[in-house]
Amino acid sequence: MSEIIREDGRKYNELRPIKIEAGVLERADGSAYLEVGGNKVLVAVYGPRESYIRRLLEPNTGVIRCRYNMAPFSVDDRKRPGPDRRSSEISKITADALRPALMLENYPRSMVDIYIEIIEAEGGTRCAGITAAAVALVDAGVPMKDIVVGCAAGKVNDEIVLDLSDKEDKEGQADVPIAIMPRTGEITLLQSDGNLTEEEFDKALNLAMEGCQELSKIQKEALMKKYSTE
Amino acid sequence: MIYVENKDLVIPGEVLADDDYYSGRGTFKENGKVCSSLMGLVSLRNKKIRVIPLKSKYTPKKGDVVIGKIKDVKFSMWDVDINSPYSGILPAFEVFGREKKELNKVFNVGDVLFLRVIDVDEVKKAKLGLKGRGMGKFRGGIIVDIAPTKVPRLIGKKGSMINMIKDKTNCKIIVGQNGLVWVKGDEDMEQLTKEIIHLIEKEAHTSGLTNKIKNKLCLAIDGELPEEEIERDPNDFDENGLEKPKLQDFRKELEDEEAQDEEAQDDDGVQDEEDKNSTCNVKDDSIFVKSKFEEFQDDVKEKGESISKNVVPKVNEFSKEVEKETKKTYKKLDFYDRLEKLKKKNASRAISIASKSKSSLILNNKDY
Repeated sequence: MSEIIREDGRKYNELRPIKIEAGVLERADGSAYLEVGGNKVLVAVYGPRESYIRRLLEPNTGVIRCRYNMAPFSVDDRKRPGPDRRSSEISKITADALRPALMLENYPRSMVDIYIEIIEAEGGTRCAGITAAAVALVDAGVPMKDIVVGCAAGKVNDEIVLDLSDKEDKEGQADVPIAIMPRTGEITLLQSDGNLTEEEFDKALNLAMEGCQELSKIQKEALMKKYSTE
Repeated sequence: MIYVENKDLVIPGEVLADDDYYSGRGTFKENGKVCSSLMGLVSLRNKKIRVIPLKSKYTPKKGDVVIGKIKDVKFSMWDVDINSPYSGILPAFEVFGREKKELNKVFNVGDVLFLRVIDVDEVKKAKLGLKGRGMGKFRGGIIVDIAPTKVPRLIGKKGSMINMIKDKTNCKIIVGQNGLVWVKGDEDMEQLTKEIIHLIEKEAHTSGLTNKIKNKLCLAIDGELPEEEIERDPNDFDENGLEKPKLQDFRKELEDEEAQDEEAQDDDGVQDEEDKNSTCNVKDDSIFVKSKFEEFQDDVKEKGESISKNVVPKVNEFSKEVEKETKKTYKKLDFYDRLEKLKKKNASRAISIASKSKSSLILNNKDY
């Protein structure tokens, strides 16, 4: 089974080449740039800051607001700009995936804004967005329990494989994106699209967990690289 | 059991130590392990672990000095942006006292002020004031913003870094604890200072920074490197030891500033408290500081003595006078008392006489 070579030459448990850079934007409080395969993601974090949308604020804790947006040129056919059903869903699940890790108790009545811009898309952008957003949040100095990391596994040609590309996602049979807090292994996001048997689902989940742990190392390296002394 | 060393760079979620250590700021406890919640440098002191963040937002604290920008003028207060998730308010009362004046004639939207945090309430709104030496509006100059956590580094041990920059560039520099820095001087020097401040911010966590910056400044201004000096230990985030010399510097700077434009002062409500005694130019050298401090102490002593010499006899005189006056008053009171009594006596007597004369009249009438 481990001999199976995928369409793009990867092994079943191999991630696409990945590159993360922290602190790329000057004006944002925190930012990150991430490339995984053909995905290019830019994330800016502002805050904790005062917000004028009073109804969203909580008296005992800070809140986060997330916006996921795909550039019109990020996909082959032009994507109609502006929010749509898919991007509002991803905005919500990204905020929900990141929130459990953040410790905003010391910032009551404040708001953290996260802007995720997909510059180029090639499958698995929601996981890439979460991974990059977590790095940007650390860069912004937001206190958190752990650096959340996202990764997907799926079923392609009746095989469970890690980190689906655009083609595998579209032609494959199932897709399971997850996000975890790598130190404790707590799951903060779990979605499933397509048909999987129970064993296949478990297998996909474990594979995605492994992928997350691997990504987490790269996240940490990226952060250390920015501030380490030469 | 500890897994990190002092001044190690850690990231959120990293396990720092086991249960036998205390968790300080920037850390949290989970399942008996102390973990970091921020990206920053570890600071270990007597089994207490703290993480000093590389980046963080400023949260107002009582007693801090900050630089703020007027955001809005309201009926009886100004809204001030203090580079924090929480905005500050400057009540008109803090500026005028009980006097009534028009607010927008004193400070208007966009003015930049040097303020002190008087109080922080439950919702973390900061109440600001101008009480203290050198508080007030800035004229001219530029504002440079840095991460609030880098402020101690910019000031250096006992103000070493900031004083060096001031000496070299001839700029006036005021650092607010909220990460805003006001710089005024020659235009070229302002720009140079800005660059230097940003460099310090960027390399705040590296060691030997004071010397590095010194070399850079000398190279930029004099065109040559300075002579070798005995190396000091500049790499220390000592937040506590910094407060005093910095404040003294502010005072000196602003007194100079105030002396320049005196007419405008009254409008500003800037408090002009000349206190030459406490303005000593703090140099890097601790011996120098010490001697200055001793001088200062002596000075204060002298002043105190002279004051007591002058004042004590006056006070005595005054108390005697007061005594006299009181006695007089008592006498007067006594006199009134007696007068009153006499009046009453006279009245009763008059009544008795009247009644007697009446009765005699009646008697006389009976005769008719």
